[in-house]
Amino acid sequence: MDSSTLIRFTLNGQPASARIKSYFTVVDLLQSLHLYGARESCGQGLCGCCTVLLDGVAVSGCLTLAQLVGGRSLTTVESLDQSGILSPVQQAFIDEGAFQCGFCTPGFVLMVHQLLERNADPTDDEIRDHLAGNLCRCAAYPEIIRATKSAAARMRAAATA
Amino acid sequence: MTLVKPMPAGQVGRSVPRLEARQKVTGRTDYTHNLTIPGMLHVKVFRSTTAHGRIVSIDTTAAGALPGVHSVITGEDIRKVVPEPYYGPAFHDQPVLALDKVRHVGEPVAVVLAEDPYVAAEAVQLIVAEYEDLEPVFDEVEAMTSKAIVHDALKPAGTFADLKHVAAHRNTNIALDYHLRRGDTSAAFAAADHVYEHEFRSQQVMHTPLEPMVSLAEPGDGIMTIHTASQSPSFVRTEIARLFGWPENRVRVKVPHLGGGFGAKLYIKLEALVACLALMVRRPVKLSLTMEEQFYTITKHATTFRIKSAVTSNGVVTARHCEVFWNGGAYADIGPRVTQKSGFTAPGPYDIENVSIDSYALYTNRPPAGALRGFGIPQLVWAYESHTDLIARDLGIDPLELRRRNILKDGRPHATGTLMQDAAIELVLECIAERMQWSAPFDRGTGTVLRGRGIAIGFKASISPTTSVAIVNIAADGSTNLYMSTVDMGQGSDTAMAQIVAETLGIETETIRVVRPDTDVTPYDMATLGSRSTFHMGNAVKMAATHAKEQLAEMAASLGLTPGTNYQTSDLFKKKFGMQAGNVIGVGTFIPSYKSPDLATGLSENVTPFWMIGGTGVEVEVDTETGHVRILRMVNAADLGRPLNPKIVETQLSGAAVMQLGFTLTEKMEMDGGQVTNASLADYKIPGLHDVPLVMENHIVQANQHSGPYGAKGVGESATFGVSPAIANAIHDAVGVRLTELPLTPEAVFRALHAASKD
Repeated sequence: MDSSTLIRFTLNGQPASARIKSYFTVVDLLQSLHLYGARESCGQGLCGCCTVLLDGVAVSGCLTLAQLVGGRSLTTVESLDQSGILSPVQQAFIDEGAFQCGFCTPGFVLMVHQLLERNADPTDDEIRDHLAGNLCRCAAYPEIIRATKSAAARMRAAATA
Repeated sequence: MTLVKPMPAGQVGRSVPRLEARQKVTGRTDYTHNLTIPGMLHVKVFRSTTAHGRIVSIDTTAAGALPGVHSVITGEDIRKVVPEPYYGPAFHDQPVLALDKVRHVGEPVAVVLAEDPYVAAEAVQLIVAEYEDLEPVFDEVEAMTSKAIVHDALKPAGTFADLKHVAAHRNTNIALDYHLRRGDTSAAFAAADHVYEHEFRSQQVMHTPLEPMVSLAEPGDGIMTIHTASQSPSFVRTEIARLFGWPENRVRVKVPHLGGGFGAKLYIKLEALVACLALMVRRPVKLSLTMEEQFYTITKHATTFRIKSAVTSNGVVTARHCEVFWNGGAYADIGPRVTQKSGFTAPGPYDIENVSIDSYALYTNRPPAGALRGFGIPQLVWAYESHTDLIARDLGIDPLELRRRNILKDGRPHATGTLMQDAAIELVLECIAERMQWSAPFDRGTGTVLRGRGIAIGFKASISPTTSVAIVNIAADGSTNLYMSTVDMGQGSDTAMAQIVAETLGIETETIRVVRPDTDVTPYDMATLGSRSTFHMGNAVKMAATHAKEQLAEMAASLGLTPGTNYQTSDLFKKKFGMQAGNVIGVGTFIPSYKSPDLATGLSENVTPFWMIGGTGVEVEVDTETGHVRILRMVNAADLGRPLNPKIVETQLSGAAVMQLGFTLTEKMEMDGGQVTNASLADYKIPGLHDVPLVMENHIVQANQHSGPYGAKGVGESATFGVSPAIANAIHDAVGVRLTELPLTPEAVFRALHAASKD
């Protein structure tokens, strides 16, 4: 069980490498790189707390083997404020109070980003459908919907400015 | 000297975003979940597969031989280091690892330690244990009289005076019985126009904090540091010190932010195990539970509640008898306190002349039950508000009107004899009625989709007496730290408490830094539970800030400055100490007055420092062909005194209501021989975005808690109270069937409809 492999990949836009064990998940990989925004909760890909983007597609970091990341592009919540400025989605989550304990928040934030890339002006139903796989036990759901709409408005305004 | 304009009052009552908001949206919050320490070993737990049995043997040979395994440890190994390795807040009944007996499926029996958690998990599979099965008991009512006895003798911790009478009781599963007698119920029942009697049951559910329980113990030179996702760092310190026979100052408990708690992370959970292991292996030891393991660690009491009322023909309740059985599972945790502290509110927020209550905490062979957002109150409201509705229906009185006729008004005595004060029960009820447009015509639907509506209100006393201590530290540049052991698990306590400091000192909330709980640094607090922090810690924080402010005034006076003038704090320090130096330390200690209920009558004239009131109204649509229930509209209202932070308070109300919605419609731990057959989020359905009512309103009624900090009191649980009975009442209103057991699943509704159609 102790043999490890070197993988090279792109992490949040930067070239990266890591030594991983064959059974490491993406969450294990990220923890070894001191990135804690994706976190394991249910361990079954049902809660969305471990959401990351692999080549732009949202996947469960707790179910995705780290080996599969080799040669690919991995994006985590930590990519969003690399400039030191919060993304419009992150800012909207703060302004609308769209979280309590914050454990599920990175997963929601990433999913909202993905939604708004595909749909600049989603309806409440479209938001619910897109975020149906993410759970928030504090149940800040009404605020999450409001934050998504608010972020969408900000992003549309910025795009036309 | 520079004069500064004090901040205008209004730090309290302002919707300040959470102080830690930025960390949370960027994924950089400091949860214990993320913590690693050099040299750390991971723990994986080998758990009992039987509900009740004597341990015959535990074979750890193969596990110990697996490469990468550091050690395998059993209860007997622990006993060599800690002679009495039993812990718990009310009873010292829970072994660090099972000793002699196992009492529930999933009970920790042995552990494997390894640097690689995957190796530890593999080794756990190699452990073999043999048990001699004993007869189990799972049902709370059966446990009253069963031959199966979960604990041979009761071991009350001695922490609570009102538990002393059960010391050394043998051959019983009753961990605590609480009785209240007020007036003459027998005479009232004999003279009654109508007598109603019903039984309601609630199911066992689990908190499912998304950050699963996690603790890390780090041994030092004669000290033990425990990093833990705990709601009660002060209690953990006391309990570990007691287990080790150490003074408290050799145990340090550090708590960062929590990824949810809801009562799951209270008192002592994994801390005893990791502390003992770290002591034995002299390395840091971390235990992170999986979601599945949480279902076997702490849950919410299943209950059976038999309620009987004497009622006049015009709907006045003259007597009520309540018999409540709390299924505490295999270890008492805080169940005995739930039995008493919630037990005495079992007759509901009504003015009833003659009341008797019998409330029993029972041991069974299920996973342990403790506190879950409401400390037993939602189970009670479920029963008494369903009962209230049934009485109204039978008498042909509008359910709202029946409640109005019986409601407990301010200044009137509660069943315990304590006078109601600052309890806006009527306001909450009327707020819901108004928002529901109760008196307006209502569309009842047609064909197979019928509509109905229901209301319910509940109330809760605060657990008492409990102590909070806070420190406000003003540095020489005028910047301020708040030191307290209240745990922010998402409820926003850091922010609310900072607002209290800011209001008192006349500074801006956002400039205050709150120091995370660390028992070496932050002072004592009983625990973050039962919606007690805003009131108790809030008062302590206000006292600490006032104390600091007084010292600044004294400093100014000692420098010969005009009293009452707002000199810049940094100038005061500079003038006093000749440079930027020194501190002003304000301390506040708060404990409310309290009188313990009389053991025989259960009465007390001062049973709680404040009351929490919450209620819910719903409109539902029931599909009579499938039994599906859709919540069209939900109105929640609560009396929380004055809101310190309206936006956070509103999120607390809606979050509590949605959580209770899960406990009402979908969540239930399915048991088979003591095994939880749905211990995963795949089969145990907590509410998601699609489950939130389409229209949901949350109202804060105009109220003031005069003894609270800036008129405030607790809010975390209040919106849970009315949800379950309001929905059952609405289903009855829609389709004429009554469900008396939670959860209200489509299957249960459909079966009830089917049974009704055969009558």
